[in-house]
Amino acid sequence: MSIGVDRIPILKMGEFLLVSIQVDLDDRLAMTLQQDLSERIVKTGARAVLIDISAVQMVDSFIGRTMTDIAAVSRLLDAETVLVGMQPAVAMTLVELGLTLKGVRTALTVEQGMELLRGRMAERGGNDGHSPTA
Amino acid sequence: MVTVQRHEVLVVQTPEDVVLVRQAVRRSAEELGFGLVDQTKLVTAASELSRNALIHGGGGTARLEVVENESRSGLRLTVEDSGPGIPDVEAAMRDGFTTSGGLGLGLSGSRRLVNEFEIDSRVGEGTRVTVVRWK
Repeated sequence: MSIGVDRIPILKMGEFLLVSIQVDLDDRLAMTLQQDLSERIVKTGARAVLIDISAVQMVDSFIGRTMTDIAAVSRLLDAETVLVGMQPAVAMTLVELGLTLKGVRTALTVEQGMELLRGRMAERGGNDGHSPTA
Repeated sequence: MVTVQRHEVLVVQTPEDVVLVRQAVRRSAEELGFGLVDQTKLVTAASELSRNALIHGGGGTARLEVVENESRSGLRLTVEDSGPGIPDVEAAMRDGFTTSGGLGLGLSGSRRLVNEFEIDSRVGEGTRVTVVRWK
């Protein structure tokens, strides 16, 4: 139920921001998450955002677009985003709806998502002035 | 002939109401024995149509009916608003058509998620969309 919930918690772990969506997202909640995440990236200098949607039973065009926007905004703020744990039924429905979440990285599990983000950070670490030694 | 077994009507006035419509559709689809993918498609279509009624129609109602014909049962959802209506329904049904800055997949996408799709819109009176998914 989204009723009574006014924001999705964002956890910080090292250079990662972690979000696990455990409620039925309404549009307001989705927009709040997008704003909160952008602010937290800037405030903490996080380099990566992992969003666990394994408990999300439905992604419609608005939520899908919010995910795409989150990934795009994060990228502009120098952070990578990965969406993990999408249910097969959700993926099939999204494609039929006409939404492919272009530009959003996905992984099947949290571990794989972390792995992917670490890889991306290592790739970028050396040449963008954000390396740990810079 | 299609007969209605039972129905419920939900009000769509806030984003939270859209979530309540989704949950009601999920419950009914589950009870009817729809598989997970079909449930998800129905819930997603319900979400798109309810949001349309909220954003474009200034709110409305969602009527959920368990229907039956000679051979099978299904779920019928009718989302209705008394908003400004859609001047060009044909254009509005195209992928990417939007007046709200959205993706323009609400109507066209929902049509792909159901078996039957009917839209009746009158300028100045409102819009009614009826969808059915059969088991």
